[in-house]
Amino acid sequence: MIQEQQWLLSLGTFLPLVGVLVMLFIPKKDEVAAKGVALVTAIATLAVGIYTLVQFDYDQSEKLQFFTTNKWITPIKATYTVGLDGISLPLYILSMVITVLVMVYSWNHVPEPGNTKAFFILMLVLQTGMAGTFVAQDLILFFVFFEVVLLPMYFMIGVWGGENRQYASLKFFLYTMFGSALMLVSFIALFVVTKNAPGVNPDDANFSFQWFDEHGRDIARDTAIWIFAGMFIGFAVKVPMFPFHTWLPDAHTQAPTQGSVILAAILLKLGTYGFVRIAIPFLPQAAVKWAPIIGVLAVIGIIYGALGCLAQTDMKRLIAFSSVAHMGFVMLGISTLTDLGISAALFGMVAHGLITGMLFFVAGSVKERYHTLEIKRLSGMLLQMPKMGWILGFCAMASLGLPGLAGFWGEFPAILASWDPLSGEGLPYGGLSVGLYQGLTIVAALGTVLAAGYLLWLYQRTAFGEVSAEFAGTGHDAHGHDSHGHDAHGDDHSDIHDVNTFEWIAWTPLLIAIVVFGVVPSLMFDVMDPAVSLITDRFGGK
Amino acid sequence: MFAESTEAAGWFLENAWLIPLIPAVAFFLILGFGKRMPRGGSEIGIASMLASLVIAAGTAYQWVQRVDAPVAEGEHALARGSFGFARTFSEEAAEAGHEVAPVISTLDWFDIGRLHVSIGSHIDGLAVTLLLLVAFISTLVQIYSTEYVRGDRRYTHFFASITLFSAGMLTMVLAPNMLQFILGWEIMGLCSFLLIGHWWEETANSKAALKAFFTVRVGDMGLLVGTAALFALFGTMEIGEINEQAANFAGDNKGMLLFAAIALFIACIGKSGQFPLHTWLPDAMAGPTPVSSLLHSSTMVVAGVFLVARLYPVFHVGLDINVAGQSFNLIAVIGGITVLIAAGLAFVQDDIKKVLAYSTVSQLGYMMLGLGVGAWTGAVFHIFTHAFFKCALFLCAGSIAHTGSHHSFDMKKDMGGLRKKMPVTFVVWIVSTMALMGVPFFSGFFSKDEIIDSAKHNHYTVFYFVAIIGAAMTAAYMTRATYLTFFGKARGGAAHFVHGHDDAHDTHDAHADAHGHDAHGHDDHHAPAHHSAPLPFAKTDSSWQITVPLIILGVLAIFSGYLNAPALGIHWFEHMTESSIGAGSAMSVPPPPEFSWAAAAPGLLLVLAGFVVSLLISKAVFGEKKTALQGLTQRNSLLGAGHKFLVNKYYLDALYENVIVKAVAYPIARAAYWTNQHVLDGIVNAVGIGGKRTGELVYKYVDQGLVDGAVNGSGATARGAGGALQPVQSGKVNLYGALLFGAAAVGALVLVLVNS
Repeated sequence: MIQEQQWLLSLGTFLPLVGVLVMLFIPKKDEVAAKGVALVTAIATLAVGIYTLVQFDYDQSEKLQFFTTNKWITPIKATYTVGLDGISLPLYILSMVITVLVMVYSWNHVPEPGNTKAFFILMLVLQTGMAGTFVAQDLILFFVFFEVVLLPMYFMIGVWGGENRQYASLKFFLYTMFGSALMLVSFIALFVVTKNAPGVNPDDANFSFQWFDEHGRDIARDTAIWIFAGMFIGFAVKVPMFPFHTWLPDAHTQAPTQGSVILAAILLKLGTYGFVRIAIPFLPQAAVKWAPIIGVLAVIGIIYGALGCLAQTDMKRLIAFSSVAHMGFVMLGISTLTDLGISAALFGMVAHGLITGMLFFVAGSVKERYHTLEIKRLSGMLLQMPKMGWILGFCAMASLGLPGLAGFWGEFPAILASWDPLSGEGLPYGGLSVGLYQGLTIVAALGTVLAAGYLLWLYQRTAFGEVSAEFAGTGHDAHGHDSHGHDAHGDDHSDIHDVNTFEWIAWTPLLIAIVVFGVVPSLMFDVMDPAVSLITDRFGGK
Repeated sequence: MFAESTEAAGWFLENAWLIPLIPAVAFFLILGFGKRMPRGGSEIGIASMLASLVIAAGTAYQWVQRVDAPVAEGEHALARGSFGFARTFSEEAAEAGHEVAPVISTLDWFDIGRLHVSIGSHIDGLAVTLLLLVAFISTLVQIYSTEYVRGDRRYTHFFASITLFSAGMLTMVLAPNMLQFILGWEIMGLCSFLLIGHWWEETANSKAALKAFFTVRVGDMGLLVGTAALFALFGTMEIGEINEQAANFAGDNKGMLLFAAIALFIACIGKSGQFPLHTWLPDAMAGPTPVSSLLHSSTMVVAGVFLVARLYPVFHVGLDINVAGQSFNLIAVIGGITVLIAAGLAFVQDDIKKVLAYSTVSQLGYMMLGLGVGAWTGAVFHIFTHAFFKCALFLCAGSIAHTGSHHSFDMKKDMGGLRKKMPVTFVVWIVSTMALMGVPFFSGFFSKDEIIDSAKHNHYTVFYFVAIIGAAMTAAYMTRATYLTFFGKARGGAAHFVHGHDDAHDTHDAHADAHGHDAHGHDDHHAPAHHSAPLPFAKTDSSWQITVPLIILGVLAIFSGYLNAPALGIHWFEHMTESSIGAGSAMSVPPPPEFSWAAAAPGLLLVLAGFVVSLLISKAVFGEKKTALQGLTQRNSLLGAGHKFLVNKYYLDALYENVIVKAVAYPIARAAYWTNQHVLDGIVNAVGIGGKRTGELVYKYVDQGLVDGAVNGSGATARGAGGALQPVQSGKVNLYGALLFGAAAVGALVLVLVNS
């Protein structure tokens, strides 16, 4: 642990709330001021994040840095402990970047029914919750942040969402809450069991990660398996893993673009992060028993999500289902309990955040222009909006795992790892069934084929071809479609235009990041790997 | 111990990584600045390919020097060169014959746990061959394209994609490890998608592009899984180390090696258009002709063959190739089937590009067959010679469409009698066709004959017969295509051209609508001002950008074969490349058999027979005289059925598209989705509704009935009012939340009690 600049993480986490405080005093009508304050706050937060990035000691990325611990709720032994290591750093920064970009995008894209001020306040609150979850080093603190995230998203979907927003938001909230409840039970149980373990001074017990890291592994295996079960459901709902995923397509489809992006880019990662940070290291004896179940469900999710995509007629819902498949690869990587697999999973989390976030951005902009996302009504996007069309193509290629783009490094190493999972002689907690995992690998590889299928199919139908008659005559349409006649249709779809300035500002960083992490994956792997080794070392594997 | 690296190998051998890097950079330059350049970015593409070609030539030259004069033995040199490159030269050379160590230059890319990944170059005879080949053909095709796609609405994109393709292929060819290999492999797939779908306004083209990418991707599953299996088995991604370990494989885990070989071979089936995944390749002809000639005949589609050749020890040991008594193996069987079924399909095509496409599939089958029977040199050499003559044939087809047949590729409707008006195209076509048929002293003869000879010599007798029958079929279908194109009466588009009406553009539209992939996107193609000058001795032929590459390729279609002509006692190519399959290993690839005319005779006689029979039938069926053979397939039901079977491509496409794809895309996907909506989501909704009901009941009977029962009568009224005031659903969140937390609290209590 490196206890320098102890204030840094707290500043980065809570700075958005300062902005919220200021915004409360801005009249509702003054939208520009509200947006301005929110954006400035988000940028300031990101600046703190970049400062963190600079100050981070990359030679010791396995250690918790900017670590601080304080008394918090003493009666229940909860502490205010925050720290950052190589696992949380990329996600922590990603959350800040995404918030800024989403705000830029929202500048002239505030969804119906308006109320700009509230919308931006929610985004700032969300940012605090997300960042807090990634820096928390205490189970109760983690849980609080984990839950703080729920409420803004609930309102975002429920108020600014689509037609079926009430159902979707309620489902999202309740489903996640259900998982959280079980998770909390497990947290408490874990605390009680470790506290009462023989040879432990009960007065030393507290909720800090460090405590569980040291004592969790001594719990009897059967008890640990039950405790793991609660955490499993809590995190699996959030990921979401098959069969706990049904809230996701509804939430994504109904959420406003901004909500979808944040949901895909960050919120889903809270679940996978929980597995890597809490469930697996604290209860290694149970993790080995649960891993095959996680692996099987992950692979079912890969295939099932892909099949779900193929059945969709709506572009946004298709992207939502693709998340189920991609998170399946992440969970498959985690379930191997190897260095390679978990590193791949962490990379995959960030890559999925960038790529699927971009896809949701594009879907939102398409919806705004065409007022529909029905695949069969869209055609020839490349003719009307060439830039948008190429961006969609780029993201589709990234999403299907083209090497050289970020998505590949989450997928292929996960496949490599799952062919050769934790196994061997003399492992402290036992190994995994190699045969099972090799079978899973083959099925997962089939998922990459299906991914190519649904993404290219989507692309072929929406971007290629001639502009459909319904939308013809507007937009870029530079290639001499005079016969369609601007006069006839010119009035209907005058808002079909190519990528605008705000979209460029919001998207360019993501597009660049997809390429940069695809070409130089070591940027992330080097940071994560030492911290991941620290987790996997306890399994004694590779 | 530490030597100056430049002394150890040579500048080009160590800096070969520049060969793919230059076109890769050029790709970004074309994207960024192409549209502002006077020639739309094509100049950047051509310049980059020329630069790559120069370096590739230098690399080849130094490689030849290296083979002929091996460096001092037993020396391990490790030096740090410029740019932080760590160079390793393992010079364990020359224990037996010409074993020359590859030159490997790598740069660390990243590490994750035990996975170490580098990028760089692995230069040996095989890599040098392909580097030179790809750079050379790419250059010619780009020059050709400046005329062929002139005025295209996406001219710059075309050059960007085709340059990126070359970068991808070159990256793959010199890959020192499997990850870089996969990188190049997938970039090629992307470019193939982009270029087949270049004229994506038409649904047929975009569907062909989708089909190509998707079919190849099915095979790529094998590449991912096979690489994972090799990594688990050998703990490395480095191709050199994998080959070495596979060649000396003695473990008890032979099954896993077999599995890896099969998995990787599935990828090769997809990429190299082998049966049963060959169906995408003929459809890929929807792309512009330069694309067909570069990607889909001479370079990209050999990637699968290259993979087998590159990791030959894995396949050779894994599949027990050349083990005494073996007369069948997976690679030979797939290659053999491919040779025959594709040759059969080439007979019934009316589209000249489809004839060539099936011919390509068939020739790729020869290469695979060669690798399957242990004729490594023959197969690799066939990659080399086939590239020149098949590329030439495609460019001839493009030249005809461009100049002679009004952008139609239909041999029956728009060609015929073109030989006099297009002399250059005609001569190059004939030369290339003879090379393809395997006529002695043309390049294809030397490479194909070695494969055929090895099949017999290595006791793969069935495949020997497959190969010579295939050769006869090749001669026959090419004779048919040649007759239809250049002889007989000029028809349709060709008639206008041959009879001097080639300015009669009024009829063009009808033709363009009826057929012709190239019709689209060539809107402003016809303005005469766009056509550049033809060569002085062939004034009616295509312009020089088209004919000059044709002449060069035509010359090579003859002479490239003399690099390895066993019939003349030349084994130079073999000498240069043989070290590529592992030096000093326990693996035993038999040496190519001694050439004898007696052994070659049966195959040559069959080729002659195929030529004669086909010529006679073609004259009878397509000639001007009325004969009994015309319309025979309509009159004879058996022949008709056979014809129909071939025209429908053995119904494989129907199987894939109507049965498999439709099953996955529709019933299976829909069933999964139905399950999602009605079963999984049904449970969720049922729980939600159940919770709500429970809440209502608790509220009604427990809360209102018991607790609040004392307050008589007012309960119902209050409930109604409360319900009306609250927003329909959001108000219940509190209730659910409370219930869930209540449950959680009870659960926690139970756990605490149980455990303490």
